[in-house]
Order: sequence, then structure tokens, then C-alpha cells
Amino acid sequence: MTAPARRKRPDSWELRVLAILVKEFTQLTRDRLTYAMILAVPIMQLLLFGYAINTQPRHLPMAVLVQDNSVLARSTLAAFVNTGFFDITHTARTPAELDRLIATGEVTFALTIPGDFTRRVALGDQPQVLLEADATDPSATQPAIAAATGLPSQALSHDLKGGLGPRAARPPPFEVVVHNRYNPEGITSYNIVPGLLGVILTLTLVIFTALSVTREIERGTMESLLATPAQPIEVMIGKLAPYVIVGLIQTVIILVLARLLFNVPMAGGWLALSVGVLLFITGSLALGFFFSTLARTQLQAMQMSIFYLLPSILLSGFMFPFRGMPQWAQAIGTMIPVTHFLRVVRGALLKGEGIGVLWPSLTALGVFVCVVTALAMLRYRRTLD
Amino acid sequence: MSETDAPDELVIDVHGLNKSFSDKHVVKDFSIQVAKGRITGFLGPNGSGKTTTLRMLCGLLTPDSGTGKCLGFDIVEQTEDIKCNVGYMTQKFSLYDDLTIEENLMFMARVHALDRRHERVRDALERLGLVERRRQLAGKLSGGWKQRLALAAATLHEPDLLLLDEPTAGVDPKARRTFWDEIHSLSAEGLTVLVSTHYMDEAERCHDIAYISYGELIARGTVSDILRQTKLVTYEGSGAGVDRLGPEIAGRPGVEAAAPFGATLHVSGTDREALKRALTPYEHAPFKWRESEPTLEDAFIHLMGQAEDNYK
Repeated sequence: MTAPARRKRPDSWELRVLAILVKEFTQLTRDRLTYAMILAVPIMQLLLFGYAINTQPRHLPMAVLVQDNSVLARSTLAAFVNTGFFDITHTARTPAELDRLIATGEVTFALTIPGDFTRRVALGDQPQVLLEADATDPSATQPAIAAATGLPSQALSHDLKGGLGPRAARPPPFEVVVHNRYNPEGITSYNIVPGLLGVILTLTLVIFTALSVTREIERGTMESLLATPAQPIEVMIGKLAPYVIVGLIQTVIILVLARLLFNVPMAGGWLALSVGVLLFITGSLALGFFFSTLARTQLQAMQMSIFYLLPSILLSGFMFPFRGMPQWAQAIGTMIPVTHFLRVVRGALLKGEGIGVLWPSLTALGVFVCVVTALAMLRYRRTLD
Repeated sequence: MSETDAPDELVIDVHGLNKSFSDKHVVKDFSIQVAKGRITGFLGPNGSGKTTTLRMLCGLLTPDSGTGKCLGFDIVEQTEDIKCNVGYMTQKFSLYDDLTIEENLMFMARVHALDRRHERVRDALERLGLVERRRQLAGKLSGGWKQRLALAAATLHEPDLLLLDEPTAGVDPKARRTFWDEIHSLSAEGLTVLVSTHYMDEAERCHDIAYISYGELIARGTVSDILRQTKLVTYEGSGAGVDRLGPEIAGRPGVEAAAPFGATLHVSGTDREALKRALTPYEHAPFKWRESEPTLEDAFIHLMGQAEDNYK
């Protein structure tokens, strides 16, 4: 007598994913507290954070386009730098180049000194220099703008001597014209509200999935789940998928409220925004899943999520302007997906930028998803060992 | 082991399994063979390594050393294939409390990628007699029903081997009987069952028994095999107050155990003459002594005592 033919594991991974997906979704709908969290957290946070925190970042990057190569022009630039708010990081040769620098966010300010600057100062004609500001984050730019507009009366006092002496007196020898790009009224909620999208998604999604595996371990259901033929990646996909939908619902709630309550402009960039939202949701969920493979209890998973949440709020450019942070903080911020997500959301919503401009941030988010998924798969225990 | 003549009929065939957790050596050089279609009772005191052994057999734990096959699949290399063909019922209820009875069964059907899923779930519900209550949350079921549901979930994919870890702990006698009837009918269909238990009456319902203590297999065979192997002699004392003599008699030389059974006292030992001498002072009215068949419980208490001695 021979042993009966045993079944090998069937290849139908999609069924196993479906099994876990349906189970997670059903459990989610049975859990009223979670339900409440999905709806209440975005609305509450949005209302609480709608009014912003102001800070004074210094040394913001500025690109200059000097069409008048003169002593007076150089003194004007020096006066900008001396305020401490501006660092000249780029020198543009054409207005188009200047435009590109500010559009991509490489600089926060763009300064144009016109070709007839010296001549018109000499004539007492009060020429204008144009300071363009990327006002998507007005709390970052406002103090610098205030300093810039006060600077003409002092800037050239050393140069205007002798015959030009009278020009140094009132009225100021030149004028700074400020042009706020992207958020002309400098309304901080325009900046805070899209930023909230990143923070709220992080807060809820990381915690949801951080609890998902530890909950199974604590309730003892992990033993049954591990005894089934489901593979780690199938468990992960099945567990994350329902929450992708949750994340999308939250995104819609936040964007609708942002439009209705705060009149946040939506300049377009929908494709880049959608890609960014999907990558960010997946990344946050995968990170939560990774936490839950590390934690032994739900409490530990919760603590890890909060530990992660703090830098996400503080160092991502959400609460404090990214440019205003010290180098080390910026370095940490660069490692956090929220930072890149905020760039995508602000770029797409406020500036109407597309994938062509936002691809570095989108790539960073994609890399994050891959790395965290790989880590989670490495850590996921296939046995009870 | 006497039943296992043809090697290709072995459903479980493992050798020299070892497993330690930190510095605790839980399973030691464990070997066992189980033939197809048998119900094997897996007995032993708490913490003797029963659960760990069952978990190693179904791929939930990796043995530190040792080799073997379960259903012809390697227990280290082919755990995924084992999982498709083994039904494992955990000691603690491990289905989802917040899913309904039907949803739990459907989850199992999907996760095993079964065909005719609705039909199978429907059949399982009918067998359980839970069609009416299929929309009830599993967490709200009583202990006995939970165990029957867990058994249905563990057998939905028609496994060839069923591993049950103390399936009837904390279940009332009537529900236990129903549960065992189901196990016997599954076994009649060709399913091999390895079931761990503490209950002696359940052990007697098994075709054969494996007794494990401190991680070592110390007895194996049918109930009568084991009784024979232990070479135990038991005297049963009756008469008013005999049950209170237990501690006193247990301390006498030649007596291994003296345990009250209702109004009677079972005194056992391996040396008949020594036992007789020990009982001599009590051979007066109202006490009456007669030699009786040792029960399985007597045998196990004896085995446990021996294992403890070896361990020290």
C-alpha cells in the first residue's frame, strides 16, 4: 500500500490574500472605535492645527539675477545677506533660470536687480528690485520679507557719499518690490492644511497596522494563522489593502475640508498628488506592519508608532519650516517620508507642479516603500520560535 | 508501535527531535511513529513538552535538531506543504472572536484556497448544527461550541492528519462526548489523529497512547500495553474512613502511590510482597483489601513518579 497523494500548496495566492483582506475588513467594520478614529481624527486635527505656528527661520536660500554689475548692486546684495535671513546659493543668468530655481523649490527667494539700477539711483529715480518669494510656507518667508522691505534706507549709506550724498537721505535710494508666488496673501493655513494630510495619514495608518500583527499574537489567533499556508507577503498585502482604502477616504475628507473651510487653492498636479498619496499611504502602512513584527505587545507597537510620529511632525517641515532647521535636523528630516510627501502635496496643490518637477520626492517615497516592505518581510516570523 | 509494519503507512515518523527555549530544554530526543488512521493520545503532565512537540510536527516551530517526516514531507524543509495537509487545533481558541461562525469558516476555506467554498462551509455548518446561528460572533459561543467550531475549521480543508492540543480542556462532559464522537467518525474516514489530553477517560478512547514527561517519550502503546509495561500491582481498600488513610499509607516502604477514588483507596507499587507488608497493619475491620486491575491513572502517576526520579 502506498501513501495517498498529498496536496502541494496551491498557487492561488490571490485567494489567500483575499481571505486575509476580507477578514481584516470585516474586523475593521466591527471595531467602532477604529471607525470613529478614521473619521474623527482628520476632522479634529484639521480644526486644531488650522491656525499656524510662526517661527523665524534664517539663512533661506536665494537666487539672484544681477543685470547691473556695479558697486551699488553688490552692496545691495551684501545688505540682503547681512540681514541674516538670506543666503545667496545660486546666481542665475537669465530670468527663465531664476524662474526654474524658485519653481522647483531649490531656493525660497529670487532677487532681480535691473540693468539700470546704478544709473537710476544716481538720478534719484528710486529704482525697484524685485524679490520673489515662494510663499507656500508663509511662516517661513514672512520675517525675511519684513527685513527685506526695511533694508533700502540703510543698504547704500556707505556708497552714497560725496556728490551722491543727498541720494542717501529720504526717500530711500531704491525700493524692494515683493512678489509672493503661489500663495500671494501669505495665508499660513494654505501651508498647514496640506501638511496636515501627511501628519494625519501617518498618525492613523501607522498605528492601525502596527497593531494588526501584535493583536493577532496577543489574542492567540496568530497560531492559527501561521498554521495556514498563507505566506508572509500574502498576509501583509491582505492586511494592508483595507487600510489603503481607509487612507484614501481620509485624504478625500481632508482635501474637501481644506477646500471648504480654509479655501486652500488647488492648482492642479492631480496625477503627481495621486501617486504621492498612494506611495505615502502604502509606505506608512508598511512601516506600521514592520513595527508590528518587532513589537511583542500592542502597547510596544503603540510606543514605536508615537516614537516615529514625533520627528514626523517636528522635523518634516510641517511644524517648523524645513529650511529653518539646523543641518542635522534637516538630515533626519530627509529620512522621514512625511518630508517628501509634504513637498509633493505642497508642490502639487499650491504650485500645480507635475511629476516632471516632483519626481525626486516621489522616488524617495517609492524607495521608502520598498525598503520598509523588505525589512518587514525579513522580520516577519513564519514560526512561533 | 507494534502496529507499524509497513513504513509507507507512517503518517508521522520523526527521530531525535530537540527543542530548547532560552536555557530550558523542553523536548529531548523525541521520536515517534504514528500509523495511518490511528487515534493516538498524547499524554503527560503540564509543561512536559506536548504543545511544543505538536507545534514542531505542523511546522510552527523549528526543531533545534532531529529529523523526520510528517505526511511524507520533511518537517524542517517542507513546512508549507505540511500546513496544507494538516489540521491543527490550538489549545487556546484561536479563531477570530469578532468574526461570525460563518466568516471564520469562510476565512479558512479561502486561506486554504479550497474549491466549492460555499458548499463546504454550508456542509460544515450543517454537520455542526450551527446553520441557524451562523451569523453569531464566534467569541459569543460557549466553550464546547467553540471547540467544535475550531474542529470544523481545522478539518475544513480535509487534512490527512489532525493535531489536537488539549481540545476538551474546560469543556463539560456531554460536549466532550460529542467532540470525541466526531473525532472517531473522522478517524473512520481515514484521518490520523494525534490528540493531547489530561483526561484518563479520553486516553482510553484512543487507539494507542504516547506518554511524555520532561520532554521525553517514556511509554508508548495501547492502554493494555502500557498497563503491562508498568508492572504495577494495585490493591483497592474499602470500608469507612479508608480514604483518609492515604497520606499515612503513602509514606510506607513499598508504596508508590495511595490515592482515594471516591470512598475507596488505591494503593499501588511494583513490588507485590513489599506492598502486602505495607498494608498488613491495616488488615482489620472495617477495612477490606483486594487486589484490583491498575487503572490508567495509576499507571500514569507511577510513570510520572519514575520520570521525576530520573530527572533528579
